[in-house]
Amino acid sequence: MSIAVSILPEQQLAVLNAAYRRAVARKRLRLLLGVAIFAAALVLAAIGAEVNLRTLFTYFGNFISYFDRILTLDNGQRVWTDFGEWLWGWRKWLKMLGETLLISYVGTLVGATFAFALNFFAAENTSPAPWLRFVVRRLLEFARTVPGIVFALVFVIAFGLGPMAGVLAIAIHSTGALGKLFSEIVENADMKPVEGIRSTGASWLSCMRFAVVPQVTAGYASYALLRFEINVREASVMGFVGAGGIGQELVVAIRKFYYSDVSAILLTIIVTVFIIDITTGWLRSRLFGKEAPT
Amino acid sequence: MTRPQEVDTAQIRARYPDVFDRPASARLATPVMIVAAFAILVYGLVDLDFSPSRFFAGLSQLGWISLMMIPPDPGSSLPVYLKALGETLSIALLGTTVAALFALPVSLLAARNVVPSKILRFPIRRFLDSIRGIDTLIWALVWINVVGLGPFAGVLAIAVSDFGAFGKLFSEAIEGADQKQVEGIRASGGSALHEIRFGLLPQVLPVIAGQVLYFIESNTRSATIIGIVGAGGIGLQLAEQIRVLEWQKVSFLILMILVAVAAIDFISGKLRFAIIGRRAVA
Repeated sequence: MSIAVSILPEQQLAVLNAAYRRAVARKRLRLLLGVAIFAAALVLAAIGAEVNLRTLFTYFGNFISYFDRILTLDNGQRVWTDFGEWLWGWRKWLKMLGETLLISYVGTLVGATFAFALNFFAAENTSPAPWLRFVVRRLLEFARTVPGIVFALVFVIAFGLGPMAGVLAIAIHSTGALGKLFSEIVENADMKPVEGIRSTGASWLSCMRFAVVPQVTAGYASYALLRFEINVREASVMGFVGAGGIGQELVVAIRKFYYSDVSAILLTIIVTVFIIDITTGWLRSRLFGKEAPT
Repeated sequence: MTRPQEVDTAQIRARYPDVFDRPASARLATPVMIVAAFAILVYGLVDLDFSPSRFFAGLSQLGWISLMMIPPDPGSSLPVYLKALGETLSIALLGTTVAALFALPVSLLAARNVVPSKILRFPIRRFLDSIRGIDTLIWALVWINVVGLGPFAGVLAIAVSDFGAFGKLFSEAIEGADQKQVEGIRASGGSALHEIRFGLLPQVLPVIAGQVLYFIESNTRSATIIGIVGAGGIGLQLAEQIRVLEWQKVSFLILMILVAVAAIDFISGKLRFAIIGRRAVA
């Protein structure tokens, strides 16, 4: 089998080749320009962030040896040679971990409840009035953009030290994040049931209750579970500012150089996060089938 | 006009047992779940020392604090705050870039279609998972022990914790790439490196660029908080002002953070669309 490849005459080819080269050159120039701008931004950033590579190289050994130290017991043995000694405070730590989980559970549930109450006002297709939508959206945006730990810092002063501040901080942050996601689900909902219910003369509330909510609950629950996962991580550091949970123990251990305690607490946190991730993943696939939004 | 027929309820009940006679377990599942969720909630509230009196006292305290925040006023330290904000943006940009540079080769090793051997992939994946399991704030505390207080510790903290996240995201992007182009390169006699360079990377780089931009965006938020433990940036100022109860400065700093985050969101949104076109961004 032979294939005929037509070869263009020299003049025509030259024109096309030149056009091709120009196009490639233009693309390369744009890429080069982008890279140059990015590199300049990086250099500026490096100056701004006081990056000092000499410090890094001098102390990088410290980073490695830090892990060496946190994996060594006081008696010079590796931590895994003596679990009893390594995890000596497991009763206290498990209690604090339980508190962390409770903080994230209560925070997520309260946040999800508020998000549920607010999201119908924030969604484009169900909001009763444009000004109301604007106000609710800005509120949710505020709750979502201010980091949870900043709320915790303020709440610790208002409500006193303890897990209550952590719960409220997580609840507010979750309200913001979930409110946005929930309202996006509502915006994707089918509006025909709403029209059907409205045509029977139902109020706005009944429209939401009987036309929208049945469509969206599965999505809501899935996002709430995902949020719970994120909040467990977040709750584990709430203790850094005195808002309860395991973070309190960890920050004390790090600041006071109780090396083997640091690794033990980190281990318990990582294991807990793993277990929660796996459980909620299993629960979501169980409840909502394979196509659960992640 | 047709009149509705007389309905024989018994017959319909018999015909649709799934609707009318659901088994008790199915009918009870939802209420039981709700009661259980509520019970844990109540237990949690008790265990975490919630009391109405404390709550309302705190609420009125919070009301006073918000009143004292108005109007936002930086006092005489506006230049300091602007510098701190610049520091925060630098931390986010540098940390994310470093993380992406280190994560790309590792993510290739964690991708199923590049490294078929499960024995090699498994430890790398678990390693990335463990890094991700530790919060950025904890990494910041560790790095402060190593390189001292300051923004550099923040850069390294963001770099390490994003390294874990990028490793996973990139490897998923690589696994989602079309295998045909790789086969084409192999068929024309390319080596394994050629396959990656000309078959895989052109497909995944736009996706990866989109993810990196998204992370720069979200790291602007993370970078504001790592200052709270002493790793530089605007969070340091914020935590200090909260601790000395200078509420007007606090509200000004929060406003600054909101504006900066909104600006970065806007810019990176534009850039992402320019890079990957109007496709959905992961």
